[in-house]
Amino acid sequence: MVQTVASTKAGALVSTFRDEYTKAFRWMLLARTLDDKFAGLYRAGKIHGGVFLGRGQEALSVSVGLALRKGDVFAPLIRDQAGRLAFGEPILDAVRTYLGSTLGPMRGRDGNIHRGRPREGLLPMISHLGAMIAVVNGILFARRLRNISGVVGAASIGDGGTSTGSFHEAINLAAVEKLPLVLIVANNQYAYSTPTSRQFACRDLVDKAIGYGVDSHTVDGTDLSACLEVVGEAVKCAREGHGPQMVVARLLRLCGHGEHDVADYVDPELKQSPVGRDCLKVAEEHLLQQGWADARTVELWRSEMVQKAEDAVATVQREPVPDPYEEDWRALSSQRLLEAREERPG
Amino acid sequence: MSITYLEAIREAQARALAEDPRVFIYGQDVGAFGGAFKATKNLAEEFPGRVIDSPISEDAIIGLAIGAAIDGMRPIVEMQFADFSAVGFNQVINQAATLYWRTRVPCPITIRLPAGGTSGSGPFHSQNMEAIYAHYPGLVVMTPATVEDAYHMLLEAVAIDDPVIFCEHKYLYYHLKADKLPGDAMPTGKARIAREGRDLTIVAYSAMVHEALAVAEELASEGTEIEVVDLRSVKPLDTDTVMASVARTGRLLCVGEAWPWGGVTAEVMARVAGEGFGLLDAPPQRLNAKDTPVPYHPNLWAAHRPTARSIATAARNVLRL
Repeated sequence: MVQTVASTKAGALVSTFRDEYTKAFRWMLLARTLDDKFAGLYRAGKIHGGVFLGRGQEALSVSVGLALRKGDVFAPLIRDQAGRLAFGEPILDAVRTYLGSTLGPMRGRDGNIHRGRPREGLLPMISHLGAMIAVVNGILFARRLRNISGVVGAASIGDGGTSTGSFHEAINLAAVEKLPLVLIVANNQYAYSTPTSRQFACRDLVDKAIGYGVDSHTVDGTDLSACLEVVGEAVKCAREGHGPQMVVARLLRLCGHGEHDVADYVDPELKQSPVGRDCLKVAEEHLLQQGWADARTVELWRSEMVQKAEDAVATVQREPVPDPYEEDWRALSSQRLLEAREERPG
Repeated sequence: MSITYLEAIREAQARALAEDPRVFIYGQDVGAFGGAFKATKNLAEEFPGRVIDSPISEDAIIGLAIGAAIDGMRPIVEMQFADFSAVGFNQVINQAATLYWRTRVPCPITIRLPAGGTSGSGPFHSQNMEAIYAHYPGLVVMTPATVEDAYHMLLEAVAIDDPVIFCEHKYLYYHLKADKLPGDAMPTGKARIAREGRDLTIVAYSAMVHEALAVAEELASEGTEIEVVDLRSVKPLDTDTVMASVARTGRLLCVGEAWPWGGVTAEVMARVAGEGFGLLDAPPQRLNAKDTPVPYHPNLWAAHRPTARSIATAARNVLRL
């Protein structure tokens, strides 16, 4: 796909695309390295609760993060480490949330991928992921009420999430209101252990968009060039006022649902098929083929990312963890509405 | 000129819209139509672009309100009937109620629930949902019983930084009138002594306050003085006012229109029994609706929920214990 771009566009564009591609690759590499680190910490018993990786989904994820800009909104799914980093989430937010540091955005009150900075447009997911789309709608709706234009909100969801009522309600509402929503559907072939044949009966998930009156795009989620182009185009369309856009990416989850899951249910044929390609490897090969980086440079980047991940973990491991006696056990922000019994310490 | 409970709710929203540009109203048929009960009558005209019809999607409606609140707005959401909020329940309890605790970003949304039974409404247009929302941390649950409270507590709900479930009773919409809009009111979190008495405390909220007051009037002619406590909000629950009343009377009957299992009356009983056992001269009692869905036919409906008649019987029973 990038060859088409290269052969038809001017040299300056090629160089811009090369820079974009390289930047995307570096974020993907950092995300994969960080994910591997989390998996290691999990196996060493250093992380409480689940660990959820983005292995195989980095190309799609990073494309979302790069297509968005400051002031936009992003509601990631559980495999969006690459997109989060590209959108601007500090690496420390991820590590602090996984390790329960009180200096992190969730302060040990929520963990792993349940993190975000709502005021900065990065929404902290609840586990009922379909429910996040409507919240993105709400921010976009609020901006419109205040006559703020040019903003885009992206919500990521998996093939399983498209079966929820929340998904249906929110995409329909976004279409009715013509909101600048970009719905990214990562069809990674399994919702936990359930294959797509038990999830939906339409020919392709992208057909759902027709019923809602929403523009749609499909993309090979293993191909970084295609992801950058297609997601970029969808975000551009939304930003220009063409209403909600749905992007369906076909890829394969190259890990368990969580690190507790060995995923022996995954069809070996899928793993061998083009959908089972590792997008990071594909991107690396492409970089080398195009001569945009040599093997030594990629190795240097790899060490750089390992160092970043190690540094972040080493930093956070020295940080304080929550103390139940110091904890503020109150769920309301309005102090005067707290009942006296709730104010008693620990 | 008099004003009804329903008109007070409309007026409160008009004032909120007029005074705060962050306020908007979102819900089914709330726009030009003015709402199923006309609680937003003419507001779309008076405040163009700020009173907006939604699709029939309670989950997406509440989710949208949460997003708008994150972005600095003060949305008021109308659920056409409290019963329908079941479809948006997930957004309320998992998204809105946890947001501040998880992220320190408050979620100032007001969800209006036209609640409670009216004759002929049946199982899906009559429910009282206050107990189920009060169960979840992170929510404020208001249950106004008077025109004054309907007006002031709704304004307060919009001003509060936390998500508020505003249970407005449909039976009171037209039945309850005040002479004029009140100048001020008690703050949320304080219960009100609706009638003073020394023989028995009846704790009630929402429409049941008026049934309890009718019983107090009836029993006064028999020489019994009943104190009626109107909780006003069930979360926070003003235990102090309840306890002080029980200290005066020594007897407690707690009345709720919702179902008996768990719930607000059970919570009041548990607190009084646990913290004020020594104040009681008789075992505390409670009265709720029957433990079935709300029936349609007026004969059944009138027997399903507590009424002045069944409360009077229960009150006489507590007084004999």
